[in-house]
Amino acid sequence: MLNSRKKYKALVIGASSGGWAALRKVLGALPRHFPLAIMVAVHRHPHSDDYLETSLDHECAIRVKQADEKEVIKGGTVYFAPPNYHLLVEDSHTFSLSVAEAVHYARPSIDVLFESAAYVYGDRLMGLILTGANRDGAEGLKKIKAAGGLALVQDPTTAERDTMPRAAITAANPDHILPCDEIGGFLKDLADNPRGLTGKDG
Amino acid sequence: MDNRENEKIEIDLLIQAIFLKYGYDFREYSKASIRRRILGNLSKSGLSTISEMQHRLLYDRDFFEKLLLELTVNVSAMFRDPSFFKAVREIVASELKKRPLVKIWHAGCSTGEEVYSMAILLREEGVYGNSTIYATDVNEAVLDKARKGIFPIDRMKAYTQNYKMAGGLASFADYYTARYDLTIMDGTLKKNIVFSDHNLVTDGVFGEMDLIVCRNVLIYFNRDLQDRVFGLFASSLRKGGFLCLGSKETLMFSAHANSFESVMKKEKIYRRI
Repeated sequence: MLNSRKKYKALVIGASSGGWAALRKVLGALPRHFPLAIMVAVHRHPHSDDYLETSLDHECAIRVKQADEKEVIKGGTVYFAPPNYHLLVEDSHTFSLSVAEAVHYARPSIDVLFESAAYVYGDRLMGLILTGANRDGAEGLKKIKAAGGLALVQDPTTAERDTMPRAAITAANPDHILPCDEIGGFLKDLADNPRGLTGKDG
Repeated sequence: MDNRENEKIEIDLLIQAIFLKYGYDFREYSKASIRRRILGNLSKSGLSTISEMQHRLLYDRDFFEKLLLELTVNVSAMFRDPSFFKAVREIVASELKKRPLVKIWHAGCSTGEEVYSMAILLREEGVYGNSTIYATDVNEAVLDKARKGIFPIDRMKAYTQNYKMAGGLASFADYYTARYDLTIMDGTLKKNIVFSDHNLVTDGVFGEMDLIVCRNVLIYFNRDLQDRVFGLFASSLRKGGFLCLGSKETLMFSAHANSFESVMKKEKIYRRI
């Protein structure tokens, strides 16, 4: 199947309550030269600064930063949506920001990031939903799958809050449901050997 | 993939139709955001394709006016980014105080929340009496809301908090009157505010300003259009005048970067040199 032959370009991650600890595990397992670009929307206080990105950047081998407006998206980098802004991907593989209405009470919204990334990257995109007490991201993950991308969800029994992964599983029928501790290794294998991967229907 | 290609063509044609028929120019807006807003509106409007929407807006001005409101982002808040308003209070206000007359341009003021915030701040710093605030937006309906100064009461709790964090000297409740679920801003705050329509994409220079505030407007423009607007701001400011951008906007990559110096990098406050 097509699923087993393509090379992924980007990974989008959505997380909410309990998300920073889960992200620390997932991103901490990735090598410095991870080939994919990673974009993360995590629900956070609108007045927060970039302290968490800075500390993750210190802890992780891979480069971590807050996304800048119009920044060119590159592999081997983790970009976080700035607090109080939606993060969107442009055709030109650059970022756009928006202060449009909150979606699921959230800005940044995971759905907004996932939908725009699905449109640009199509079947070259992976989406991952982590812990959270909200339904944001379920619709976006469904769109990623509909565009031919790979849908991943944290195993709800390993999530600090299981509402968000459960909503994503119901909405998107993901290709893989993975325990938090195994996600990093899974992504690493996948990037090293994209042909070795088969989706569950592949 | 076929659908995606057609959709792109349809969106480009829709934007072209709006420009040709009504003169509003979205051609240099960031595509991802405008696409999201068009598609969101399509599902709400009951129309099934973007081409249908294009036909409808050409023949039905009311439909277009409503769509226009949806295409531009008009989300605002009082003292949005309190640390920014605190910086204006501490750094910019004292400079403005030295001027006999102060001209301020609030470009892309939307429904006016930040304009009223600025008016409150200037009053508390003793600058308001000598100031004229030109509050402009591309959208008449939005300006009308700004003029009225009526806001939902359920926002006031967050605004009060923002006001305090921004270094407010009084009680925020002094500046509005509550009526049922609405609040009306103190009418005297409007005395020196001139609301008028101005299109950053197509209209020109705006006088010898001491301060231009344009926050979270340029994020929707592509780099070329951003650059033209920076040029417009450079020509509209007197030497030493201030330019304030949104917290994620920057002059750094602009051809006009040399016309400004950074006053406070974190809060995106610049000064014309």
